[in-house]
Amino acid sequence: MAQNSSEIRYLTPPSVEIKKKKYCRFKKNGIKYVDYKDPEFLKKFLNEQGKILPRRITGTSLKYQRKIGQAIKRSRQIALLPFVTDMMK
Amino acid sequence: MLNQYETVFICTPVLSVPQIKETVKKFRDSITENGGEMLHEEDWGMKKLAYPIQKKSTGFYYLFEFKADPLFISKMETDFRRDERIIRFMTVRLDKYAVEYSNKRKRLQKQKTEKEG
Repeated sequence: MAQNSSEIRYLTPPSVEIKKKKYCRFKKNGIKYVDYKDPEFLKKFLNEQGKILPRRITGTSLKYQRKIGQAIKRSRQIALLPFVTDMMK
Repeated sequence: MLNQYETVFICTPVLSVPQIKETVKKFRDSITENGGEMLHEEDWGMKKLAYPIQKKSTGFYYLFEFKADPLFISKMETDFRRDERIIRFMTVRLDKYAVEYSNKRKRLQKQKTEKEG
């Protein structure tokens, strides 16, 4: 039986995706401070509506996600980043 | 106790260049007169705003970096609020990582200007 189960054939071969491991770019590059004056960098953490992307997509660690949030909100306050928009990228 | 602060403010685009210089001078003087110490200042020039403020879509950005007494900040902010030439301002206290970053940033800028000059 055990041998049989290993010989199951699928009609379509199951796609085995090799997931690229996400990593925190701040920890990797040793960035200690997230600058609110650099909107081009902060745009990497926004979707096209100008919303902050969740950690599960960007892979940022919690410590730096909080700092990104802070920096984006400051940046919005001085009109370097929009609060709401469409088709930012 | 002096803390290190950073202020970004936006002047209305209707001002002429000498008027902006005068506004900047007013706030620079008020910092130094109240026992503060100017560390750095930057003129970002006319920039497009990400969203309209007071029905204006552009503004003159200016950045101050200074050391001042915490009590002085609230006074400075009321001055900013009363001044009609300023359409937006934001003051942030710099922690040790921010100070490190801003020193690095200044150094890079200096190198850049030296190369160009």
